[in-house]
Amino acid sequence: MTLASTKADPASGASAPVAVSLRKVGVTYAMGRPVLEDISFDVREGEFLSIVGPSGCGKTTLLRMLAGLLRPTVGEALFDGQPIMAPSRERAIVFQDYTNALLPWRTVSGNVALALEKTMPVKAERDARVAQLVEKMGLSHAADRFPTQLSGGMQQRVQIARCLSQEPRIMLMDEPFGALDAMTRQTLQDELMALAAERRTTTVFITHDLEEAIYLGDRVIVLSANPGRIAQTIEVELPRPRHQLTTREDPRFLAHRHHLFGLLQGH
Amino acid sequence: MGRLLRGALLPVLFLLFWEFAAKSGWLVYDSLSWPSAILVAGLGALRDGSLLLATWQTCQAALLGLLIGSAIGVLLGSILGLWSFMARMAGPTFDALRAIPSIALMPLFLLMMGWGLSMEASVVAYACTWPVLIATWAAVRGVEPRLLEVADVLEMQFGERLRKIVLPAAFARINVGLRIALGVALVVAVTVEIAVNPRGLGYSLVLAQQSLKADLMYAQLLWLALIGYLLNAILKTVDAPGGGARRGA
Repeated sequence: MTLASTKADPASGASAPVAVSLRKVGVTYAMGRPVLEDISFDVREGEFLSIVGPSGCGKTTLLRMLAGLLRPTVGEALFDGQPIMAPSRERAIVFQDYTNALLPWRTVSGNVALALEKTMPVKAERDARVAQLVEKMGLSHAADRFPTQLSGGMQQRVQIARCLSQEPRIMLMDEPFGALDAMTRQTLQDELMALAAERRTTTVFITHDLEEAIYLGDRVIVLSANPGRIAQTIEVELPRPRHQLTTREDPRFLAHRHHLFGLLQGH
Repeated sequence: MGRLLRGALLPVLFLLFWEFAAKSGWLVYDSLSWPSAILVAGLGALRDGSLLLATWQTCQAALLGLLIGSAIGVLLGSILGLWSFMARMAGPTFDALRAIPSIALMPLFLLMMGWGLSMEASVVAYACTWPVLIATWAAVRGVEPRLLEVADVLEMQFGERLRKIVLPAAFARINVGLRIALGVALVVAVTVEIAVNPRGLGYSLVLAQQSLKADLMYAQLLWLALIGYLLNAILKTVDAPGGGARRGA
């Protein structure tokens, strides 16, 4: 338990204000056993928080609650000090099933534009912004294609571009790369880290892949299942920018990996 | 070409037989004209404008009714599909209303509006509302929940959500209801004209029948079949913008 630590501050520094705060939150679906129990943690602004846990530990429920798509049964979920009552443009969510989350009747550009149509009524201005985001996600050559004409990795890029266009205060990501092949996943991991570093967007990233959790996160929260509770929180003091080879070979990375692996095996 | 000829063989033989049997005096009934006479009667009605006027009147009522009925059907169907408590609340009422045959409303609407376009279009609208409402209801309930969550996160209001997410996603299935409603519209419009409303193709049919002009009646029937076919063809061309709605089915 040497690596274990409680509510320490993330790498972004102790001074960063709290963006999200959960206080003794529990979620119980109607007539069922609790899915989440006694979850308390803070996410600081600019922090990259990974949440990892076995399937059925309520990871997705936790993220949906942060998005405002469902309310906690007990406890408080706060964003900017205000209870999260409903979904908001300030909290973008990237779904795992990108195929379902994209509008199949709109092109790549059209999907990205969806989030801007209300906030940027001038078409020329909006088109320029869309083109910029599409280029940023490496989709320029596919701007006029429909989602079903794209690979999984490309579709997930479209979804991320749409979320970025919301200019969210926080990005909530639900196993966004879980369905992608290993190469695509690594590329997108690095792109995501670069984006998060550039924009300093607070990110909560859910995964069942503990290496991914360590590689991306400033901090990793490990959930245990039945009901979902926080098993442990660890700080990841690996230097940034991180690198797929060297970071993953870093002794500290390996130590975290061993530790987390043991923790997850225990359940 | 060979297939076309083979397919045309039976109808052509039938027409020739009909023509010959009637002309030779072997088959003579008041109700039975023959192909050449039907063609002549049809061309005559076309030339003097009566057929086109009647067509315009019928199509006007059918399309106006279809438009109003579809709009109501899409709106109500969307509301029922989006909010299940509305469906639970209004479902029984709609089931009861739907059970009234639209034709049975003719006397009431006649009393309220008198003869003419508005009364006929109203009966058509009533009849068209139901297939569209039910198709829309099912289609909206079947919209991918993820897309609705996307709309939630983007804080879309009802109108925007309907326009940008729900209706495009449900388009293919709503279209099925629209196509059924189109058939209904034509049938109901003609029925209203035959029964009470002195205008349009239905009334022309009645006039032709009452003056024992069997040839004109057949010509009008064939004309009606052609109109139904054309209307359906038009609706088919508006099937799927961008090809996405087909996949959304």
